[in-house]
Amino acid sequence: MKTIAELSALREAMQPKMAVRRGLALIEKDGYRRHVLICAGTGCTSSKSLKIAENLENALKAQGLENDVQIVKTGCFGLCAVGPIMIVYPEGTFYSSVQPEDVDEIVETHLKNGKIVDRLVYTDEHTVRAPGESVALADTTFYKNQHRVALRNCGFIDAENINEYIAMDGYKALGTVLTTMTPDDVIKVILDSGLRGRGGGGFPTGMKWSFAKKSVSEKKYVVCNADEGDPGAFMDRSILEGDPHAVIEAMAIAGFAIGADEGYVYVRAEYPIAVRRLKLAIEQAREAGVLGKDIFGTGFNFDIQVRLGAGAFVCGEETALLTSIEGNRGEPKPRPPFPAVKGLFDKPTIINNVETYANIAQIINNGAEWFASMGKDKAKGTKVFALSGRIQHTGLVEVPMGTPLRDIVYGVGGGVPNGKAFKAAQMGGPSGGCIPASLIDTNIDYDSLAAIGAMIGSGGLVVMDEDNCMVDIAKFFLEFTVDESCGKCTPCRVGIRKMLDILTRITDGKGEEGDIEKLEELAYMVKTNSLCGLGQTAPNPVLSTIRYFRDEYEAHIREKRCPAGACKNLMSYVIELDKCIGCGLCAKQCPVNAITRLDPADYPDRKLAPFTIDASKCIKCGACVASCRKLAIIKK
Amino acid sequence: MNTVTLTIDGVQITVPANYTILEAAAEAGINIPTLCYLKDINQIGACRLCLVEIEGARALQAACVSQVGEGMIVRTNTEKLRANRKLNLELLLSNHNRECTTCPRAKNCELQALCHEYGVEDVRFEPLVKKEYEKDTLSPSVVRDNSKCINCRRCIAACNDVQKIGAIGPSLRGDKLVIGSIFGKSLVETPCINCGQCIAACPVGALTEKSEIANVFAALADPEKFVVVQPAPAVRATIGEEFGLPMGVAQTGKLATALRRLGFDRVFDTNFGADLTIMEEGTELIDRIQNGGVLPMITSCSPGWVSYCETFFPEFIPNLSSCKSPHQMTGAIVKSYFAEKNGIDPKNIYVVSVMPCTAKKYESKRDEMKVNGNKDVDAVITVRELARMINNANIDFARLPDGKFDDMLGDSTGAADIFGATGGVMEAALRTVYSVLTGKELADVNLTAVRGMEGIKEATIDIAGKAVKVAVASGSGNAKALLEAIKRGEADYTFIEIMGCPGGCINGGGQPIVSAKDRLYVDFKALRASALYNEDAGKALRRSHENPSIKKLYDEFLGTPGGHKSHELLHTHYYKRDKY
Repeated sequence: MKTIAELSALREAMQPKMAVRRGLALIEKDGYRRHVLICAGTGCTSSKSLKIAENLENALKAQGLENDVQIVKTGCFGLCAVGPIMIVYPEGTFYSSVQPEDVDEIVETHLKNGKIVDRLVYTDEHTVRAPGESVALADTTFYKNQHRVALRNCGFIDAENINEYIAMDGYKALGTVLTTMTPDDVIKVILDSGLRGRGGGGFPTGMKWSFAKKSVSEKKYVVCNADEGDPGAFMDRSILEGDPHAVIEAMAIAGFAIGADEGYVYVRAEYPIAVRRLKLAIEQAREAGVLGKDIFGTGFNFDIQVRLGAGAFVCGEETALLTSIEGNRGEPKPRPPFPAVKGLFDKPTIINNVETYANIAQIINNGAEWFASMGKDKAKGTKVFALSGRIQHTGLVEVPMGTPLRDIVYGVGGGVPNGKAFKAAQMGGPSGGCIPASLIDTNIDYDSLAAIGAMIGSGGLVVMDEDNCMVDIAKFFLEFTVDESCGKCTPCRVGIRKMLDILTRITDGKGEEGDIEKLEELAYMVKTNSLCGLGQTAPNPVLSTIRYFRDEYEAHIREKRCPAGACKNLMSYVIELDKCIGCGLCAKQCPVNAITRLDPADYPDRKLAPFTIDASKCIKCGACVASCRKLAIIKK
Repeated sequence: MNTVTLTIDGVQITVPANYTILEAAAEAGINIPTLCYLKDINQIGACRLCLVEIEGARALQAACVSQVGEGMIVRTNTEKLRANRKLNLELLLSNHNRECTTCPRAKNCELQALCHEYGVEDVRFEPLVKKEYEKDTLSPSVVRDNSKCINCRRCIAACNDVQKIGAIGPSLRGDKLVIGSIFGKSLVETPCINCGQCIAACPVGALTEKSEIANVFAALADPEKFVVVQPAPAVRATIGEEFGLPMGVAQTGKLATALRRLGFDRVFDTNFGADLTIMEEGTELIDRIQNGGVLPMITSCSPGWVSYCETFFPEFIPNLSSCKSPHQMTGAIVKSYFAEKNGIDPKNIYVVSVMPCTAKKYESKRDEMKVNGNKDVDAVITVRELARMINNANIDFARLPDGKFDDMLGDSTGAADIFGATGGVMEAALRTVYSVLTGKELADVNLTAVRGMEGIKEATIDIAGKAVKVAVASGSGNAKALLEAIKRGEADYTFIEIMGCPGGCINGGGQPIVSAKDRLYVDFKALRASALYNEDAGKALRRSHENPSIKKLYDEFLGTPGGHKSHELLHTHYYKRDKY
């Protein structure tokens, strides 16, 4: 494509081909009558979605339907808990937990005879559905309350086909920017939109761009931070897998805005699908002429290279990331100077996160006001969260900024399973803090969370119920940061390790009076003295659990008791003798032979003498509890 | 020069605009504590001891990397900062092998000093249960004991950024992080050039020289051994520092007395070897110029540089002078001429070199450094080791009367003294070469163009109507830059002096440790060099060829410079070396 006109022509030619997917009847004469969308994201791929696609292709050929039904391998739909996911259009039938062996039935019943495979249709407890009818994706509890902007193409287009992206107004924003706007115009739109960084810091994106634009240099760089490292967060991966061109287009727009002609995407090597699709997308974009020299004949040059990270959490920190791209050990540097002044190879550089970029083209296309109309106060737009832990709908959700936590947990998330009580949500991963049940009505935005000692971070949201020990949770995150600290500065390298030592003692039942105060002393020092964001935030999980669950810490230290019954060294399994019928199932399950029958002589009135657990041998695996039909084994 | 005015702890001060807060504070008489900072070498803001409060800044800033600003208001001494620093030190101590009483760096340890200053009285945290790091003692020059390492990375900066060797770096992450060589190799299995700049940079006792004190004392106690000692030119410039005497004052007389009181049978001087080196090297240079030999010729006195050349620039091996270094020459003459003349079996002679250098330890063990199967030099001790020996022997160095070196092999000219500073060998050589080529003496022996602490210096000297272009580089990092320029064809020299350490031997890896704080206040390299130039200026004879003992040696024994016997005893050869 050499011109905007060619892009428009391609878009118009592509749109009818996508109409089926919008629930519309066939527009083109010879087009596909049905589109079958199969999730080819990491989650569904690992549960064999590619095998499903392969079986489907074979079955379609066998039935002579290959010109009738188009198979579209998409990115993530978000509801990973029930994958592999398949959607059949134009009906919009949402099949979940599909297995490769289900394919023949789907082809025969649905694709050939137009009847829905009832047993595979997704429903949740809040959705009413008559047999034989399907529930539209958009009508499920999970999707109904979402507002998908960054994820809008994920689970809808074939990420490996640039033309499908173009059909969704792809590269239109780049064309607009290059032909009708000045760099200052672009920055103004981004500033006015109120977009803030989605990677954790929440710094206004437009401001970052304006700083880099003001820096005088012949060479500047645009960098995409795709080094997603928070345990449980995978929105960046999903965007790269499902809509890589959104990132490429945004980087080119950013390049125009700040005066850069070269971009780097720093992505984890552990994301092979994302890396492959991203590289493919870059190739396609170059071929299409939307990357490279003289884009749209405007004289603007921009190209992108991919750099793989080796999975160091600290490389998500911008200065460490740049150091790693430069070929050095990924370690942070003191700021200032900020990258906008002196960044990659000492040149002015902007670094934005994947999700941030995924919003850019849409802001240009729909206007700053459109974007600013979503969200609350100083937090505009939407935010993607990765829901995990004790929650019904594990997966990826996108809601307007400022949505109350309650709506995410009980609305989109479907609540806590097994009738357990919501105890807290950990937000922001190892850098964040917890939100206790008493604050479940907190609005989820940058400032509201900061006020209660948590943060959005990259959007990991781990739900905890009454069985989670908050001291143990704090220890879990600290184990992570201790492992991931680069070791450059003393407070982080040594300080959080000492904090972990104290937490380990507490959860082992060896806590001492004064430990909480020592933790706090260390935490404040590490927070204020560490070199980079990793250390400056690593103590947050500890501080926030102390703040809201101090009584749990005290129970561990003073009573040597874990109120949630989660700390193995503070609990034991006991067989209640009056309930035990002496069947011996538990003893068979015990991997360490810790369970033995008591002397029958002592129980003359019983047919079978009861069993007992030798606490010195027990490894607290819980296998016995699961095996007991009489619920005679309890945690103490 | 642009200046800014700022206020630090209530003191208003005007400083150049490119100063860091740390430098500005130093000018204002405020000592901000540091551990990872080392002037001109390491500025990474990692230890976090120098954090200060800047009004209006979002977070605490590291003074060592923060530039001053107009009107800035800085506080270095708040209750909070003091508490932070104390806790920071406590954390370091909790993971530090606190065998302070037996540590070679006791009383000279920056961590110990800071803990004392900040009143760290208790370590409340459990020690890090890390695997017992074995000491790396395989290198002939450098011993690493990671149980004492505080991960400040000054050694890495010295090795990688200054010397451009890259033999060490950080491995692993977080609390498992260790500083060492790739794949946990010993230093001896790396391209380490044994320069010891890492030791000079270390604030604690994690890096020390491989001590040979015990061997030297044993030889002294052995009645069968005739023990000869020779201190290098740069030793006299710095030995006083070890005993609280002022920096920049040569203690030649006290040094000679101390060595004699230690019980050495002869107290000779490497300065003699330096004069001898000039005779041989000067002759070699003239020969190369007149007979179309490989030029530029490059000096070979510095074993760190020689290793660097063999490992990183083997294509320049033909350019290296074939001369042994001065102490090896002295050793070779002791075990040949001196032994013969005094009727001592060379096998019973034990030559000890006192060197500002750790690479000399390695050099003395090279196979080529032998005469008739006897090692030229049997033991090499650093200035620090000599100071320890002097203390061991109850010698009160500061109060010693001045003494003299022994006859003949203790005689030297001013040209030899300046060997210890960058440019000194060049200057000494030019004094003699000028004389040989022109038949006249230089009007002014002070060739100031090749003096000074710049990493690379150039000069053109007119000799017998010919413009001779020379260059001087010190520190292997500067050597690299110079050699690469030559390879690119950008430079065309006749003669080059290269020293392995920045500033030359006065900043060798075996010299007294200069703390980070002292480096902030004084240009220690220039100060130490001035001691040598003062020695030179104070001597009647300042040209090596004027040394009567050297003349006598050639007359009685060697014949002519560059002759057959010289080649046998005083010259050597080199090998290309693999990095790993």
